[in-house]
Amino acid sequence: MINAFGIVTASNGRYHVQGMEDYRPIGAFSFLGRYRVVDFPVSNLSNSGIDRIQVYVSQNPRSLAEHLSYGQHYNINAKRGKLQLLFNQDSRVNDIYNTDIAAFMDNLEVIERMQQPYVVITPGNMIFKQDFQQLLQQHVESGADVTLLYHKTDKADDWYRNCAVLDLNRQKGVKSIHLNDGSAANRNIFMDTYVMSKKMLIHLIHEAKKRSSIFNLSDILNLESDSLDIRGAQHKGSYMAAIYDLLSYYRANLELLNYEAAHQLFSSDWPIYTQTTDSSPVHYYEGASVVNSMVANGTSVYGTVENSVVGRGVVIKKGAVVKNCLILGHSVIGEDVHLENQIVDKWAKILNVKELKADPNCPGYIRRSDVL
Amino acid sequence: MSKNEMLAMILAGGRGSRLKDLTNKVAKPAVSFGGKYRIVDFPLSNCANSGIDVVGVLTQYESVLLNSYVAGGKNWGLDTRDGGVFVLPPREKADANLNVYRGTADAISQNIDFIDQYDPDYLLILSGDHIYKMDYDEMLSYHKANKADATIAVIGVPMKEASRFGIMNTDGNGHITEFEEKPAHPKSNLASMGIYIFSWKVIRKLLTADKDDPNSSHDFGKDIIPRLLKDGRTLMAYEFKGYWKDVGTIDSLWEANMDLLDDKSKLNLDDDSWKIYTEDAPELPQYIGPEAKVDVAYITQGCHIEGELKHSVIFTNVDVEKGARVIDSVLMPGAVVDEGAVVTRALVANNVHIGKGAVVGSADSENILLVAKNVKGVE
Repeated sequence: MINAFGIVTASNGRYHVQGMEDYRPIGAFSFLGRYRVVDFPVSNLSNSGIDRIQVYVSQNPRSLAEHLSYGQHYNINAKRGKLQLLFNQDSRVNDIYNTDIAAFMDNLEVIERMQQPYVVITPGNMIFKQDFQQLLQQHVESGADVTLLYHKTDKADDWYRNCAVLDLNRQKGVKSIHLNDGSAANRNIFMDTYVMSKKMLIHLIHEAKKRSSIFNLSDILNLESDSLDIRGAQHKGSYMAAIYDLLSYYRANLELLNYEAAHQLFSSDWPIYTQTTDSSPVHYYEGASVVNSMVANGTSVYGTVENSVVGRGVVIKKGAVVKNCLILGHSVIGEDVHLENQIVDKWAKILNVKELKADPNCPGYIRRSDVL
Repeated sequence: MSKNEMLAMILAGGRGSRLKDLTNKVAKPAVSFGGKYRIVDFPLSNCANSGIDVVGVLTQYESVLLNSYVAGGKNWGLDTRDGGVFVLPPREKADANLNVYRGTADAISQNIDFIDQYDPDYLLILSGDHIYKMDYDEMLSYHKANKADATIAVIGVPMKEASRFGIMNTDGNGHITEFEEKPAHPKSNLASMGIYIFSWKVIRKLLTADKDDPNSSHDFGKDIIPRLLKDGRTLMAYEFKGYWKDVGTIDSLWEANMDLLDDKSKLNLDDDSWKIYTEDAPELPQYIGPEAKVDVAYITQGCHIEGELKHSVIFTNVDVEKGARVIDSVLMPGAVVDEGAVVTRALVANNVHIGKGAVVGSADSENILLVAKNVKGVE
């Protein structure tokens, strides 16, 4: 086994999810009813035998801190392993200063103290399954300086906006890293996942800082692509979701209502861990009707649910109809309320407004704790 | 180590042979209940919610799964610095050979050294086969207020069923005057729930004497309670008003599961102030397919439902395929009902596979059918 520590990055300046992100970082977003987005990178690291994990957070840390706790639920050894939440000062002056390099600089001492010779950096806003041990093996055997993980897709003209794209040569050498402008369908989407030695990371942090105060790690790699051996490694799984705006968050959830697709992401030999809330099973009462949906525990259903993801502890009252919606935890959908293509944030109550419909390409959003 | 006012001991050694094949390989307290729970989660969660930090679990019969399940106490938040859940199987001692627990009282007698470590004032004795939510701290207050030597939790049962229980006769002020085990002509309907609080000093003395008494069967109901009464000790009946069910038979286990579907049932597991804690399965939320029909059901995570469910309780990782129908039934973890199969008034055991088109159980059966072996499909 190759000894590495893990870094889960906060979303850098490129990703913004309207509404939802006012309350918590993307990593703390609820996903598929019972998970949070950060469960995926942390479970990937833990399942890969990496149990020294740093999770970066720059704003609204409460929900992430509560959820991650000290990491026992991610199968991390309480003595040998460690799940650290690292804070960095978010720049209020200008968003362009909010880079991953700035976050690393703020915590450079912690990085320098790590005893593991290698590091896996993976983002807190993407959902996929990846064995990092295999990636580390590949990295070490190839002799590359840096290995970047990418997902080959034929829908880059519609999905993965604001994600980066890798241009590769035939030997999978990375020629350049640039933004996905949506102009082509077939792209190698960069999964913001890096494998390198700890020494290389520290070198790159210093180099980036020297070059520009607004550089991200990918910018310095782009600049050094001629002098460094940077290679791409292809992600093998079929599901890879990046959450970069409200629509991508909505679609990433609903896409998994296909049970076969969900089963490629979730398998018993690669569990995705999360914090339990000890809620009771879902209670379906007389008159309830549910089709093609995922429903998390603690929920009570009296009404109709179709093609939706329902979080923990939700109440769907009599006569309510919920279609193509994401209902986050502890919300109440009142009697005879009809919702279509909506994202209802946690603790919201929709009681008096009887109909909310939106276009599936522009889902509606109800703020946390709002009463309508 | 900080001193503990009250220590709990859960009697979890019995086989539960009336649960038939369900307890072939697991002890009764480890049997699944209510979609995601095990029976022993109820006394353990009650302990956690009542502020009890140290719980001993006395195991004996088929205890591998039960031991590993309760050890540490993490699932109930009992893994605190000074607290914990401790598995106590029979052991060999310097002055005695390895001996099985000869009775409920003997299980405690053989662990006096364990209890002494914590120097408690009171000892709470629980059994591992009942479904209920109860605040033991309130019961302790009652015990203290009455300066009792022993307090026994009782519940009113229908008079015609009273002869099935251990019945406490009281003087009207809650003082127990007489205890009758399954009386033919009951004088009261207050049934013992098998929950006792003893003042430790009093019971310690009694247990020490009982241990070497050749005429004793070393049982709380048969020997210890009558002894306390004979000695003129203060025994109080603490009347419990909530939901309580002994799930010792297939029918009663099925009924208790069905009670969860009833919105008027007093057993509400969706109560944030008194949660029942259990092991968390790292599974997906339940998926209800495009052609599924779910009409009154209790379903937990990890389930995959494509067929039709009516008035049923569905446990972790159950798979109900297209066109299958499940009516008035309990499907335990990992059960699979294949296409077109029909399951009625049945309790399907863990990981049992019901083949394509098979029909099990019937709507007018007197008893609930236990399906503990795979059922072949019908072509």
